[in-house]
Amino acid sequence: MSLTGLEIVAEEVPSDAPVVEGRSQWQLTWRRLRQDKVAMAALAVIAIMILLAIFAPVFVAITHHPPNIAYPLTGETAAGNPVPPGTAGFWLGTDGTGRDLFIRILYGARISLFVGFVTTAIGTLAGVSVGLIAGYFGGVVDLVLARFTDAVLAFPYVVLALALAVVLGPSLPVIIGVISFFSWAAIARVVRGQTLSIKEKEYIEAARSLGAGPFRIMFIDILPNLLAPVLVLATLYIPTAIVFEATLSYLGLGIQPPTASWGDILADAQNFYSVAWWYIVFPAAALLITTLAFNLLGDGIRDAMDPRTERIFAGAAGRRRRGRLRRGALTGGANFPNAAYVPPDHTANPPEI
Amino acid sequence: MALLGFMIRRILGGIVVVWLVATAAFLLFFARPVDIVAHQLAGRAATPDVINEVIRNLGLNQPIAVQYWHFLDNLVHGNLGFSYYTGESVNTMLKQDLPPTGSLVLGGVILWLIAGLTVGIISATKARSLFDRFSTVAVLIGLSMPVFVIGELLILVVFLPLNEHGLHWVQTGYSGPSQGLSSWVGHMILPWITLAAVQAAVYTRLSRGQLLDTLGEDYIRTARAKGLSERRVIFRHGVRAALTPVVSQLGVDVGQLLGGVVVTETVFGLGGIGETSVQAIYTDNLPVIIGFVIIAAAFVVLANIIVDLVYALLDPRVRIA
Amino acid sequence: MSTAAADDDVLVRVEHLVKYFPVRAGALIRRTVGQVHAVDDVSLTIPRGKTLGLVGETGSGKSTLARCVAGLIPVTSGRVSFDGRDITGLSHGAMRPVRREIQMIFQDPYSSLNPRRRVGSIIGDPFAIHKTATGAERKRLVQELMERVGLNPEHYNRFPAEFSGGQRQRIGVARALALRPKLIICDEPVSALDVSIQAQVLNLLADLQQDYGLSYLFIAHDLEVVRHVSDSVAVMYLGRIGESGPKEQVYGSPRHPYTVALLSAAPAADPEAAAGRQRIILAGDVPSPIDPPSGCRFHPRCPKARALCGEQEPQLEVKADDPATHLTACHFPVEAGENLAAAGRSELT
Repeated sequence: MSLTGLEIVAEEVPSDAPVVEGRSQWQLTWRRLRQDKVAMAALAVIAIMILLAIFAPVFVAITHHPPNIAYPLTGETAAGNPVPPGTAGFWLGTDGTGRDLFIRILYGARISLFVGFVTTAIGTLAGVSVGLIAGYFGGVVDLVLARFTDAVLAFPYVVLALALAVVLGPSLPVIIGVISFFSWAAIARVVRGQTLSIKEKEYIEAARSLGAGPFRIMFIDILPNLLAPVLVLATLYIPTAIVFEATLSYLGLGIQPPTASWGDILADAQNFYSVAWWYIVFPAAALLITTLAFNLLGDGIRDAMDPRTERIFAGAAGRRRRGRLRRGALTGGANFPNAAYVPPDHTANPPEI
Repeated sequence: MALLGFMIRRILGGIVVVWLVATAAFLLFFARPVDIVAHQLAGRAATPDVINEVIRNLGLNQPIAVQYWHFLDNLVHGNLGFSYYTGESVNTMLKQDLPPTGSLVLGGVILWLIAGLTVGIISATKARSLFDRFSTVAVLIGLSMPVFVIGELLILVVFLPLNEHGLHWVQTGYSGPSQGLSSWVGHMILPWITLAAVQAAVYTRLSRGQLLDTLGEDYIRTARAKGLSERRVIFRHGVRAALTPVVSQLGVDVGQLLGGVVVTETVFGLGGIGETSVQAIYTDNLPVIIGFVIIAAAFVVLANIIVDLVYALLDPRVRIA
Repeated sequence: MSTAAADDDVLVRVEHLVKYFPVRAGALIRRTVGQVHAVDDVSLTIPRGKTLGLVGETGSGKSTLARCVAGLIPVTSGRVSFDGRDITGLSHGAMRPVRREIQMIFQDPYSSLNPRRRVGSIIGDPFAIHKTATGAERKRLVQELMERVGLNPEHYNRFPAEFSGGQRQRIGVARALALRPKLIICDEPVSALDVSIQAQVLNLLADLQQDYGLSYLFIAHDLEVVRHVSDSVAVMYLGRIGESGPKEQVYGSPRHPYTVALLSAAPAADPEAAAGRQRIILAGDVPSPIDPPSGCRFHPRCPKARALCGEQEPQLEVKADDPATHLTACHFPVEAGENLAAAGRSELT
């Protein structure tokens, strides 16, 4: 290169670093997550909830109170009302028909967690696929899929749930179907938006110039870049699904009695407002703790994936890293505890029907 | 001009959606074997004679296409059918149920917008202060709770103790404004809070986040450098830009709103459209359900169009899309 | 360098290539209201084992041209022949074997590599896509490639973020080299690098060309870089070629006013010689390719423009006593020793 008439010969300085496996995004995220005390606590709570749900039969064996058996003699007051916590071996008291409240809450947890995980899994798989295909192929495919996604998102879920409950009769598969039907749309929308912007990147063009086909590009090149936001969305959708199921059960459109479901329990609890506060408080607490834990965990994962943001509740490591308020460094979503509902990506299209 | 084209496209699209929903509802309920439909319409304890009569009355034996035509015809003329238990026209039921639902929605929306935006803006301007931390926690809790739990807890914790101590202003059930404004508010205050709580949390988070992002932008620094008062900076420049995503969120939230309305009415016994729909489910009152489904869809479509219009007014780039 | 005669000398032949992008607007129905004339009737050839340098400003259409040659975007009209075969408008399936022979290196080392994939996987992509090697064999080939481009093969499992800009470009080169292509299209490969690193990468490219008989289509806006690497040069302006030919001829005696202006703007190696040189500052901005000027596209900014220039498009042809390989598209080409600055609207610095 003769800019000055001299040959500039520069040599690559050989790197004498030992053979190091690059740390993947996941390893780095996990390390940061471990330092987030709040998220770790939430993870522990979730783990405990799951264990309690799995080992519910063990508690049945201890208390000798199966979930659907009523105990009118020991479990009800003279007036037929629930008994308070601690009486006659009922750890949290009983419900309206004299069943052990604690046991029923545990079995309700089974339903809630199961519905939460399954619907989120289905919704994530479907949502990612639709979003990827719509975003990558564009054109007519995108037009149809995107409009459909928007319509589903804007559609009032109650209306559909009502309709389906009448036609098909309420049951577990119907609930899972309804909830999954709404979950995929939120994820599809975000995935589509991300795909649209990733698609324009040069490494995608490079892949095409190498001769890669569309599916290889979607799943090997684009998808790894999507996993981070998708994981956050999925984790944050679980509490939404749980609340959804509880609401449907509350309205009588969900799991039918005598199967225990938190929504069901809380619906019946309304009849005993003034005489049995525990009937409302304990199931509500279980519901709240579970959803809160998932929200905090999802938040924590989001923060762990994006180390530039500051955290309100960060530990010592966070404090050391915090400097001046950098422009744009604080993103509300990451900093601020999250909703079960993630605002859709409006940079793609405003919602239209 | 572009705006007009934009609106026309949206409205046409909206009509298509309502038509699709109506068709879907029709297919869902009526495109099944005649006996099942008739059985469902006639009620659980119907004898074969009753069922036959229902079939005859409703023309369920006619070809599906003919039934569909009648259905659409009625719809276009504003006739939503008749309840199978009371024989009342669904339109009448709708009119009766409108006041409680209307009160609830109006008060709830205003409350959540005011609360959400105010807390969000204050939190953003005083980021990481004590207020911010409190609101953070409150928002997180609000977001994690189902609407009916909030309602039940409010009844347990506010309504019952107050009533026991002789303070009867707060009540469940509905009492219209015509029967006294104070009474109206007393009945509606808890439902309003219930409906608004979760949404307020969402909007607080959203507006706080958007405002923080916007305030970090360079043009805000320029405005400050120009010497504008902080208040002007925040309101004239910051909030305006931050508002557009909030507005578009509103469009999507209409769907959530309907769910909240149904649940809140059920918890507090307000007797509005939501509660009636749920009752109709329990009693298999098909015409009522179909009628309300279509109305709900039309409402969502309308709300979305309005939101899109506001969004387009705020952000001119959208009109070209 | 022969022209059309010896065809087996020519690897790539582009004939009258046209690429327009439609501009859509409309409230209810989207109509096409205009076209972006990205590439407007371009013809050129790339001989085997040689480098054609393509120079132009932003908006001249050089990147679009490159992508048309690579088959990444469909052409509006015209023909691209590769190794004797017409590859214009081939289907994705028919194009696949061709892709093994035409590769690309991109400008931005930071966005041309997938940040979430390990480098070994990225370089091994061509082998995977075309199913030519798997497993341990693939790893061996990838590590050989890494060594050949000057990277430590033990960094096989690292992520792109752990490499410097220059190293990332080497990764891109390794990836392009994997299947021993015949043509590598380099789209401004060194523009984003520091000058000292540019030297390394350019030397690498030159070495590879020698070792493997590669042909390059080298796109850049830096004239000095192009002079260093190219055998022949083509200058583009607003979708058309203004001047082309062997580099000695184009750099030595430029005939198109635009070429002269470009050359005059390049920083000179020898400050004393530069002091006597005329500096031509073009008036105005590059016009929009949606509505290009009539006649010669350069005429609104050309210091030598006359009425004819606005009416008639000049053809790309040999002027006066130029050698047969030096083509210019201009009605009033610059003569040797002519002082362009004195003519018309230019200013002397």
